[in-house]
Amino acid sequence: MEGLKVSDANLVVYVHPSKSKKVSEAILRELGSLLFKFSETFDGVLLAYDVNILSEVAKILPGIHPYFGVRLKAKLLLFYPKPDMILEGKVVKLGQQSIHVIVLGFSSAIITEEDIREEFIYKVKHGQEVFASTSYKQHKIKVGTIIRFLVKSFDEEILHVSGSLVPANTGCTDWLDKNLEDWSHTNRSTKKQRESEGRGEMEEHDKVTVDGKTFSLNTEHQIKKSKRRRSEDS
Amino acid sequence: MGVELATKTIGFAEMEDVNFSDSELIYHVRDALRSVPLGDSDSYDQLIGVMFHNERLTPEEVALLVTSLKALSGAVSYIDIVHHWSLLSAIFGMSMWNYGPDVMEALVELIISLAASSGKYVDSCLLMLVNNFMPPRSFLELLKQPHGVARKDQVLYHVHSALKGIADLVPLAPLKLQDIITQRMPHIFKEEPLIVIYVENMLILESGALGEVIGSMMLIAVVDRLIDLDVEIGWDEILQDDSSKGIFEMELEDVEGTADDAENDNDELLIECGRLIQVYETLLQSFQKTVLTAYKSKFAQFVMFYASSLDPENCGCEICQDAGRYFYEWMSAVAYLASYLSRAKFLSASFVATILERLVNWCFNYLQIQDGDINPETHRVFYSGCQAIMYVLCFRMRSMTGVPHLKSRLLLLPFEAILKHPLNPLKVCLPSIVEEFLRQAKAAHLFTLSETFVFNDLLESELSRAFGGMERLDMFFPFDPYLLKKSDRFIRPNFVHWSMVRTTYDDDEEGSSDDDVAENFGENIADEGMACSFEEHDLDLDEFDYSLNKMSITPKNSLIYRFRGESRGPMQMPSRIRPSTSPESL
Repeated sequence: MEGLKVSDANLVVYVHPSKSKKVSEAILRELGSLLFKFSETFDGVLLAYDVNILSEVAKILPGIHPYFGVRLKAKLLLFYPKPDMILEGKVVKLGQQSIHVIVLGFSSAIITEEDIREEFIYKVKHGQEVFASTSYKQHKIKVGTIIRFLVKSFDEEILHVSGSLVPANTGCTDWLDKNLEDWSHTNRSTKKQRESEGRGEMEEHDKVTVDGKTFSLNTEHQIKKSKRRRSEDS
Repeated sequence: MGVELATKTIGFAEMEDVNFSDSELIYHVRDALRSVPLGDSDSYDQLIGVMFHNERLTPEEVALLVTSLKALSGAVSYIDIVHHWSLLSAIFGMSMWNYGPDVMEALVELIISLAASSGKYVDSCLLMLVNNFMPPRSFLELLKQPHGVARKDQVLYHVHSALKGIADLVPLAPLKLQDIITQRMPHIFKEEPLIVIYVENMLILESGALGEVIGSMMLIAVVDRLIDLDVEIGWDEILQDDSSKGIFEMELEDVEGTADDAENDNDELLIECGRLIQVYETLLQSFQKTVLTAYKSKFAQFVMFYASSLDPENCGCEICQDAGRYFYEWMSAVAYLASYLSRAKFLSASFVATILERLVNWCFNYLQIQDGDINPETHRVFYSGCQAIMYVLCFRMRSMTGVPHLKSRLLLLPFEAILKHPLNPLKVCLPSIVEEFLRQAKAAHLFTLSETFVFNDLLESELSRAFGGMERLDMFFPFDPYLLKKSDRFIRPNFVHWSMVRTTYDDDEEGSSDDDVAENFGENIADEGMACSFEEHDLDLDEFDYSLNKMSITPKNSLIYRFRGESRGPMQMPSRIRPSTSPESL
C-alpha cells in the first residue's frame, strides 16, 4: 500500500514552565494531541511517533510565560494519500450506489458507482450484497473484503478519501495478489516516475511463466524510509 | 411542452398511478439534481417542497416523503454543496419529532449516506442529529402523554442508531460529535424538559457503543452542567423549584444503571466492575476539577457520594487519598473529607480511623513548626483541620470507641496536645461542634480538659467567622442532608442523619423506641419548611429538634434574617433545614 512513510524530524516542543518537572510527559502529551490529524508541516496525518530528547538544555523564551523549547529528534509515521496512489482498506458497507471502505482503521473512503468499472456488477447473493466481476468468477467484493483502490481526492479535515475502482489493478487484494497479470509491471514503472521525490514504498515484482500465463510475484514489500530532515522554526 | 410537463409530473405528484423501481427513482432524482446547474430546477423545487411539508401528513404524503428520502440516499454523490444548498438546508432542518417511524428510518438512511459520502457533510449531519436530541417547543406538552413518550423513544432510538451508523463508516466522527454536543448543550435557563432530554441523550451515548470514545467527555460535561444549575438554585427556591432535579435523578440513575448491570450478570461481573471504576474515575476527575473548586455546590457532590456507595472498597477510599493533594483548595477539600467521612454509612469504622489518624498527625506536625497564639486568619488551614477532626468524631466516636482496637488507636492520638495548644482551636472552631465534641469526648474519657467551655448554644462565633473567611468555610458541610426530593432515594440508604447517630453520652437514653420517636418527630416537622415557627411546638420537642438538627450545620433562620440586608454572599449560604424533608422516603 502506498501513502505511508516514515520521516525523520527535528522538532522543538515548547513546554510550559509548570511542567518543568515532568518534561517527558508534557512532550508526549503535546505530540499526542497531533495524532490522527493532518499536519501541513509534516504533510501527512501523524499516526505514530518515536521521540528522543536531543539535549537536556533548553532555551527559555522571553515573555510573560517563559516557555522553554526542548529539542527532539523523532521518527514519525505519516499517512499522506495523494491522488493516483493505491490504498488498501476494508469494506464496511456495500450498496448499489457506493462502496464504503475504512483505511487503516481511522480513515473513511467512499467509491461511488461511477468510479466502479463496468466489470463489476452489483448482485445480492444469499442475502448478501456483492460486487462480482463479470470477467473473473472468483473476483468478488463484499463486506469485510480488503480492497485496493485508487485515490481520487483526500479531504484533510475529516481524513476522508474519495476513491476509484476504475484501474485494472484495483479490486479485491487477495484475488489480485493471487491472480497476477501483466498490468502490474508497466503501471508501476510509470507510477515510479511520478513519485520521483523518493517517497513511497516500492514493490518488487518478478515475472514467472507458468502454463502459458504470465504471473508476476510480489516477493516483498519494502517501505523505504525516507530520511528527510525537517526543522521546525523556533 | 406537453411532453415535458408529463415527465415532470410523473416524478412526484402522481406516484400512485405509476410503479417505479428503486433505481429508476434514484435516476430520476439524479436527473433533477443534475439539471439544477443547467438552469432547470423544476423537479428539484418539487423535491424541496416535499421535504418542507411536515404538518399533518396524509398517508400518501408520508409515502411520498419516504420514497423521496430513499431515492435521495441513493443519489447523495450527486448532491453539490453549492448548487443544492436549499435542498441540504431543508434536509438538515428536518425534525424527526414531527414524523412517524417510517420517515425517521428513511431520514436516518439519508443522513448516514450523506455523512459517509463526503467530508463536507459530516459536521452538518452530526449537527442535525444533535439538534434532534430535543423536540420542537410545540412538542413539549405532548411529552407528558404516553403518545409523546412513545414518539420520544422512537426518535432517540433512530437518532442514536444514526450516530452509530455514521461512526461505523467514518471512524473519526465521534471526535467531532463530542465538540458539537458540548457546544450545543442547552443553556441552564432553558425549560427543564429540554435540558433533561438533552442530558438523557448524552448519558445514552455514554453507556452505548460510542461511550468508549466520548463517554468521559459526556460525563464531565453533564457534571459541569450540574454545577451550573446547582449554584443557580437559591435556597429559597429549593422546596418549590423542580428544575434540574430531573437531571440529578438521571445522573444518579445512570450511575446506578452501571451498578445494576454488574449485579445482574455474574459472568460479566468483572467487566462491569471495571466499567464502574472507569466511570468513577471520570467522575472523580470532574469532581476534582469542578465541584471542589465551585463555591459551595449543594447537590452535585452527591453524585460522587452515590457512586462511592456502590463500591465502597475501591471507590470510597480513592476520594480520601486525593484529598492530600490540594493546597489551594485545602480548606474546601478538608470540609468535603470531614462531611464525607461522617455521612457515608458505607465506610467502615477502621477506615475512618485511619484517615482520622492522618488528619490528626497532620495537625500535630503543623503545630511543631508554629509559635504564637490564637490567630484565626493566619492558621485557618489548621483550624479547619481541627474542626474536621471534631466533626467526624461527633458522628463516629461512639462507633469507634465501641471497638477495642480502634479505641486504643484513638487514645494514642495526641488530642490534648493539639487542643490545648496556645493556638487554641477549641475557641476558634464552631462552638456548636466544639461543644458536642467535648461532651462526647468527656463521656468517652478521651482526654481531660482543665478549662470548661461555655458556649450558650451558639452556632458560631466571631473567631470562627474569622477563620472561615469570606467564603465562610467554617460553616461548609457539603454533605449535609440532600434536598432534592426525587433523587433522594439514591442517597438516603447510604446517608447518616444526625438523628441516627448514637453518641457516647447516649447510654442513659437507651432503646430503639427513642430512635423511633426521633424519626417521627423528624417526619412531622418535614413538611413545614423553613418558615415554620418554633412557637407551634412543645418546648421539649423544640430542644430535641434542635439537637437533631444542630449537626446539620447550616445557619439558623435567624441568621438568614440577620444577613438579609447585606450583600449577596451570605444569601448563598446553606440555610437551616430539617433533616428529613421528604416524608415519603422515611
